[in-house]
Amino acid sequence: MSGVRVLVGTRKGGFVLAADGKRNQWEISGPYFSGWEIYHVKGSPADPSRIYASQCSGWSGQVIQRSDDGGVNWKPVGNQFSYNGTPGTHQWYDGTPHPWEFERVWHLEPALDDPDTVYAGVEDAGLFKSTDGGDSWRELPGLRGHGSGSSWQPGAGGMCLHTILLDPIRPERMFTAISAAGTFRSDDYGESWRPVNRGLQSEGIPDSDAEVGHCVHRIAQHPDRPDVLFMQKHWDVMRSDDAGESWHEISGNLPTDFGFPIDVHANEPDTVYVVPITSDSEHFPPDGRLRVYRSRTGGDEWEPLTTGLPQQHCYVNVLRDAMAVDKLDDCGIYFGTTGGQVYASANAGDSWEPIVRDLPAVLSVEVQTLP
Amino acid sequence: MIRVVLPAHLRRLAQIDGEVRLEVAAPVSQRAVLDALESRYPMLRGTIRDQETLRRRAFIRFFACEEDLSHEPPDDLLPEPVAAGREPYLVVGAMAGG
Repeated sequence: MSGVRVLVGTRKGGFVLAADGKRNQWEISGPYFSGWEIYHVKGSPADPSRIYASQCSGWSGQVIQRSDDGGVNWKPVGNQFSYNGTPGTHQWYDGTPHPWEFERVWHLEPALDDPDTVYAGVEDAGLFKSTDGGDSWRELPGLRGHGSGSSWQPGAGGMCLHTILLDPIRPERMFTAISAAGTFRSDDYGESWRPVNRGLQSEGIPDSDAEVGHCVHRIAQHPDRPDVLFMQKHWDVMRSDDAGESWHEISGNLPTDFGFPIDVHANEPDTVYVVPITSDSEHFPPDGRLRVYRSRTGGDEWEPLTTGLPQQHCYVNVLRDAMAVDKLDDCGIYFGTTGGQVYASANAGDSWEPIVRDLPAVLSVEVQTLP
Repeated sequence: MIRVVLPAHLRRLAQIDGEVRLEVAAPVSQRAVLDALESRYPMLRGTIRDQETLRRRAFIRFFACEEDLSHEPPDDLLPEPVAAGREPYLVVGAMAGG
């Protein structure tokens, strides 16, 4: 029988939650790398035994871990992330130039067709690539160097490259998203980049529809229809039907359009999930009620999903990389909270069960669908 | 033989039990000890010192013989009891919250 493996990164270690295809009984292992912040753990689509993890701490910096046996055993691989050439400067919070300095890896995106190739999105925002299983990394400097990099400014969480989308139909095409710069697209395997933010409106920047400067929190796509992108911005839920060339708002009847994660049903490209959060200063669900919202119409019309989720006194957040979907016929949806709960739905969000309730604050959730 | 004590999270990372013992040729400086440590345990590169500048990471401290050596020049000689192996060289995670 098929199964799933949920890879959870937390403030104090990584966890692996495994179940068969029914997804009602879970085996929990971890913490791996206990005491360290695990920003992201993700498996290779080309080989589910290959998993990469970003491990870091304020004391000891960045470590990258690799597993070749599905997360049972791990070994540290390369952790040198050197910006290409003279890194130059970006804007600091006060508008002064600030040297580019590597802080941590936020996101690891294994290639679709090669387990040894993996991309890393880092803070201060940059994109790195390894073709030797993480042993060595080189920057793809066309992103920082395309022209607007010196004007990028950090969001409250730091200036991070947090989303990497690989186009399964056009392998030369990639998308990245950076807080607080926006969305960028490459059509030549990551060598050159341009901003794709037309249609975004952000009140927190001097020019509300500027080409760059938008605090994009997360973008998502369905692999069968990669030209359609969904975005959770700082405020506003957005959609593009032309690979980012233009965006329009689809917040519709959401109770608030602030939030962090966004994801797409594995089998229904127009079914989208968000978790509305009260505001930029109140990082908890409106009215203390944890509700996932689902649109079956590609946006604008949203329904709250509440069965099994706390509907009073709930003041957790769901961070941008902390939602994932499996690929089983009845699509499973998973998300983790800053309160340490990981919730699963085996019926596309109709009802939810906590897999675990008391982990450290959850930073990331990914899922592998196993044969 | 130089004795080096690492914080628990770095011992786990490098799969080390107890103290590390390193052969370091004289003159024995902090830089020479850390170079030898990272040479034997490559996974520690970048976790104690920045890989490019080789500067101490902000929340790591170096102690020996009840002295804080964190701000001493890296090429200064270590105290004689450390160089002679009677006292350990301590790599410590600074008190910096959770």
